[in-house]
Amino acid sequence: MTVTMSRKRFAATLAHRLAVLAFIVVALFPLFWLLKVSVTPTKLLYSEGVRMWPSETTWAHYAFVIENSDFPLFFRNSLIVSLSTALIVTLVAAGAGYAMSRFAFRGKMWLVGLLLVTQMFPLVMLIAPIFKILSSIGLTNSLSGLVLVYTAFNVPFAVFLMQSFFDSIPKDLEEAAMIDGATRFMAFRQIIVPLTLPGMAATLGFVFTAAWSELLFALMLISKTDASTFPVGLLGFVSKFGVDFGQMMAAGVLALIPAVLFFLLIQRFLVKGLTAGAVKG
Amino acid sequence: MAAIDIRAVDKSFQKLKVLHSVDLSIDKGEFIVLVGPSGCGKSTLLRMIAGLEEVTGGEIVIGGKRVNDLPPKERNLAMVFQSYALYPHMTVAGNMSYSLRLRKIAKEKIATAVAGAADILGLAPLVERRPRQLSGGQRQRVAMGRAIVREPQAFLWDEPLSNLDARLREQMRAEIKKLHRRLGATSIYVTHDQIEAMTLADRIVAMEAGTIQQIGSPEDLYERPANRFVAGFIGSPAMNFLDAQAAPANAGHARLVTEDGLTFEAIPGLELPSSRQLTIGIRPEHVLLGEAAGEGAKEATVDLVEPTGMGAIVHFRFADISHQAYHLGRASWRAGDSVKVALPTERLHLFDATDGRRLN
Ligand SMILES: Nc1ncnc2c1ncn2[C@@H]1O[C@H](COP(=O)(O)OP(=O)(O)OP(=O)(O)O)[C@@H](O)[C@H]1O
Ligand SMILES: [Mg+2]
Repeated sequence: MTVTMSRKRFAATLAHRLAVLAFIVVALFPLFWLLKVSVTPTKLLYSEGVRMWPSETTWAHYAFVIENSDFPLFFRNSLIVSLSTALIVTLVAAGAGYAMSRFAFRGKMWLVGLLLVTQMFPLVMLIAPIFKILSSIGLTNSLSGLVLVYTAFNVPFAVFLMQSFFDSIPKDLEEAAMIDGATRFMAFRQIIVPLTLPGMAATLGFVFTAAWSELLFALMLISKTDASTFPVGLLGFVSKFGVDFGQMMAAGVLALIPAVLFFLLIQRFLVKGLTAGAVKG
Repeated sequence: MAAIDIRAVDKSFQKLKVLHSVDLSIDKGEFIVLVGPSGCGKSTLLRMIAGLEEVTGGEIVIGGKRVNDLPPKERNLAMVFQSYALYPHMTVAGNMSYSLRLRKIAKEKIATAVAGAADILGLAPLVERRPRQLSGGQRQRVAMGRAIVREPQAFLWDEPLSNLDARLREQMRAEIKKLHRRLGATSIYVTHDQIEAMTLADRIVAMEAGTIQQIGSPEDLYERPANRFVAGFIGSPAMNFLDAQAAPANAGHARLVTEDGLTFEAIPGLELPSSRQLTIGIRPEHVLLGEAAGEGAKEATVDLVEPTGMGAIVHFRFADISHQAYHLGRASWRAGDSVKVALPTERLHLFDATDGRRLN
């Protein structure tokens, strides 16, 4: 009896682990391929056929990308645009999400509806008008123009995200703080914000990655190299005469680094369960 | 510490009117308990006093000052929430000292106040823990501690014990009573628990559907409920009610006949027009059963016997209506037995059948 039980449990655990493993392999394989190609010498790229690992590796692509291309500049631009967008969006979304979560105000339904509607348009439809607007106020070919557009497109979703985080924090907590002698703003800053840090970190991370990898608007709104972001730069490796895969992949790996670092930085806030113990339990 | 005056207070949520012209004056140091069925507006009233809910009409005066438009922080009240509402990211000491830190009180004074409160509540060994590392009862104490470190004008309690198990409730109830004796602070306490209401209150306020039905000492409400609602709400098991009609008087005293033919002779000090419809109420603990019923007792059928340890609740049936009696000591009856029942005249409560007003 117990033997069959534990055997069943063992089989279940095994199946579970295998499923997780399969998922990880599928998810990470492209990344592995990216890495592999980035260290493969160009001469071996086509001659060795499909192999899991080249017979010889090289850092030459990396060296070229860092020293001889505009990539450091693209990186800097991407970093500026993504960080600014993430910060601005998170601040705006925290304020708006809190209001949506806690206050009843006139036109709330309309506002929610409007935010939803903005999420329904395919972005392609909006490129022409946005280009027109930005060029008339001189914001094409500028990083601030990109930040503005990215912020506008990310705010609605971020507001909903933040609202759901605020919704999960009991209203009693702020009320208790206000009775203890805090103003509503102090209660927000000292009680609610510390408890919503996971939510803010998630929003920050989400918006950062979205802005980091955005291509469409970056391509349409920026035509000069000195304001290009890295996804646009990546396309530079596709020339009329062919694609330099080694360098492109090396640039891709480098581009991953800031995103990974950023997530490492915020991951300690991403842990759940900060509100445990607030209420009866 | 302060007196609180609630004058003709109304409250509406959009179109829904939940409080109707509530009047209540609370003396300095008095312990007031609000009771009433779910949704009758107890929490709303408490939250309006605290400043968490706007006042739609009327006035709230604390310590002689109209507070209608003051934010909670300027009312200087302490409130204990049913959910405890502890700050999860602060330690026990941090939770208790938050209000003092906001008032920029000197560090040493804060430490003394927190240590004092922790001592009173038996929290001293736990002050460095966080709420999630505490049991339900301990959390409840922290919530109380947060209130008592201050010197508020009054304490507001919204069902503070309802999440605790029976044993802990009893303990905390006694703690609260001691605390009140020690601090003598004005308190308003909302509860569903009859025993909490009876044991803690200087005066009980019984509410129904946003209106106050009766204000009085626990004895008043128990012995002389002002109307049928209060009679039925206060007391557990609940009062029995029988529909009756006044019969032609007998030597100046009212005579009552119930639907199922029970007659009550000579209700002292009551004169009623003949054929007036009314409701007779009698508490289960005043119903006499078996031997005790004596002469002229009625026969009834036992439906169910629920032993409570100290005694037993005996459900019995007259004609087709079920009633309850509380029998002290061992009950030897079984379901289906027939039992002699007497309802002593001097224990009866009489209410008008239409408006429920008390008549005797
Ligand atoms: N924010 C609100 N918006 C609309 N209606 C509300 C709001 N708060 C309370 N109510 C309504 O007001 C009435 C009184 O609610 P309240 O919470 O004061 O009841 P209560 O007596 O405390 O009940 P309970 O014993 O269940 O806690 C209820 O009908 C409730 O639905
Ligand atoms: Mg309530």
